[in-house]
Amino acid sequence: MSELKFSSESLAVIEKMMARYPEGKHKSALIPVLHLAQAEFDGWLSPEAMNAVAAALKLQPVEVYEVASFYTMFNLKPVGKCLIEVCRTSSCWLRGANEIVEHIEKKLNIKDGETTADGMFTLKTVECLGSCGTAPMMMIGAQFHENLSYEKVDAILATCKTENKRKTYFDNVNIDQY
Amino acid sequence: MGRKLLLANDHIPGIQGYDVYRQNGGYKSVEKAIKTMSPETVVEEVKKSGLRGRGGAGFPTGMKWSFLAKPEGVARYLVCNADESEPGTFKDRYLMSRIPHILVEGMITSGFALGATAGYIYIRGEYFYIVSILEKAIEEAYANGFLGKNILGSGFNYDLYVHVGAGAYICGEETALLESLEGKRGNPRIKPPFPAIAGLYGCPTVVNNVETIAAVVPIVNDGGDAYASVGIGKSAGTKLISASGHINKPGVYEIEMGITVEDFIYSDEYCGGIINGRKLKAVVAGGSSVPILPADKILNLANGEKRLMSYESLADGGFASGTMLGSGGFIVMDETASVVENLHTFARFYHHESCGQCSPCREGTGWMEKIIHKILDGHGNMEDIDLLWEIQSKIEGNTICPLGDAAAWPVASAIRHFRSEFEEYVKNPSSHKKVRHYESVNQLQSA
Ligand SMILES: Cc1cc2nc3c(=O)[nH]c(=O)nc-3n(C[C@H](O)[C@H](O)[C@H](O)COP(=O)(O)O)c2cc1C
Ligand code: SF4
Ligand code: FES
Repeated sequence: MSELKFSSESLAVIEKMMARYPEGKHKSALIPVLHLAQAEFDGWLSPEAMNAVAAALKLQPVEVYEVASFYTMFNLKPVGKCLIEVCRTSSCWLRGANEIVEHIEKKLNIKDGETTADGMFTLKTVECLGSCGTAPMMMIGAQFHENLSYEKVDAILATCKTENKRKTYFDNVNIDQY
Repeated sequence: MGRKLLLANDHIPGIQGYDVYRQNGGYKSVEKAIKTMSPETVVEEVKKSGLRGRGGAGFPTGMKWSFLAKPEGVARYLVCNADESEPGTFKDRYLMSRIPHILVEGMITSGFALGATAGYIYIRGEYFYIVSILEKAIEEAYANGFLGKNILGSGFNYDLYVHVGAGAYICGEETALLESLEGKRGNPRIKPPFPAIAGLYGCPTVVNNVETIAAVVPIVNDGGDAYASVGIGKSAGTKLISASGHINKPGVYEIEMGITVEDFIYSDEYCGGIINGRKLKAVVAGGSSVPILPADKILNLANGEKRLMSYESLADGGFASGTMLGSGGFIVMDETASVVENLHTFARFYHHESCGQCSPCREGTGWMEKIIHKILDGHGNMEDIDLLWEIQSKIEGNTICPLGDAAAWPVASAIRHFRSEFEEYVKNPSSHKKVRHYESVNQLQSA
């Protein structure tokens, strides 16, 4: 197991995150710091990444694992550079989420939960993302893509491919709707 | 046009920034409260306003505030619930991204009323982009002397932070939220003790929804009585409704409580009617957890009067013929929608989101999802419908937190009002489009 280390930039951010909570309550920073680790270490939380979090927050590694495994947004397996999260709950389903999922599956030749061979895309169906009024929708990194059509999906995936960049929840986004 | 108290200024260009917000009357409630009122009188005004919690349960806010314990020398916290994960609900997202300063202002004025040492806004991880919007607003409030030490020279010290979650509906339940904010798994706590006595870090804590906190701003500015005069009866004030599904104009609408459901669905001011001129079939009026109602029951009360958009009118008739205002997530289905397939999306949701602490919830949500899936897939029989009924009735009331009830009610109401549709799937399995075989456990999560 090789050791992973946060960049000095990230360590400074972690210091600031810990300062938001009272003396001795720095464990509160765990979820924000896990997000930071996921963004810094290739989009997923390997045991090494979680150990780095434990070290930075002076927690037992097990305290980190049990939290990371509880929350849907933490990937405990590698994912593609662009994690496509498609909402499939009621309001999105009513407006064609299943069809959008099928379209992406066909286009990328993967099923829900799988990653393309080139490591570019992972498809993940998720529950309501609070964008029900602009359904169907999907999220890539922090960006919401709303009022989807097949054409819109095609264009978004093409742009992702051209950019060839890992998308994270810390990305700056264009605010479309709200 | 109904009166608007929260979104009156949401279309003013630049309202996201401090200067424009301030020019339009922003932060007056902080000045008024701190300079001319005592914390107790602010609480009194909130009591008078009749404001009820907008997170779903509708508990009177002023009363909740008056329960806050105030032992000497112990920190007190105000926590804003911005977890907004109830399917069909997206009003808090709208409010926070369009007019972030109203939440910051509400958190300061409310924090003053409660004598809080610090405030935390717990926001769901999927709203990551809003974190920077809120942080910028908070920074501006500090720069202008509305946050930090000795606010407006009053001696009141108060800090405000944003805390991001990571995808878990259950963290919207207030005690699970506090666990999560402490850096733990989001398992709801057994109550009592209630957060008002032992909340964040064991200290007295108030947890309120985003919209509730924002409503404190007009209440302090114009007085509790003025707020109470808006709306109808015990449903005081305005309510943000998230409208989605088969309607012409989905979106967030601020309504004055008391307008008719019919007006809300069909008038051009709101939803603008059903898409393609189709017929209304059913509505889930308050987010996924509340009972689904068929068209005639959502539009009219049992006595033939028109149903209104208010806590009381939506609940009229109990679970036999009524529903709940809940979080205001208003999902509309037209005649082409399958109630059973919609229910499957809810059942899958609750199964995925159960924290697993209580066996009726953990096991029951899984069974319900499987049985509904089986029926949709054409392998169901009539006994499955009764079994489904049986399971939901065993969950309700037998769990630590209300997620169990929230999972049971949609199933119960779908069978109560649409039993023939379940039977149709059993009798004519091939006449229906087959449901996709989603993996019920997300492969990415099973490490
Ligand atoms: C499973 C579950 C999920 C909940 N989700 C939310 C939520 O996302 N936002 C919210 O404000 N309240 C939610 N609540 C209600 C909270 O527990 C709590 O009642 C509320 O935040 C109190 O604020 P209010 O009085 O201002 O409504 C949820 C409750 C349960 C049981
Ligand atoms: S009812 Fe469900 S979600 Fe709530 S504590 Fe029990 S298992 Fe967890
Ligand atoms: S149902 Fe898809 S975003 Fe809410």
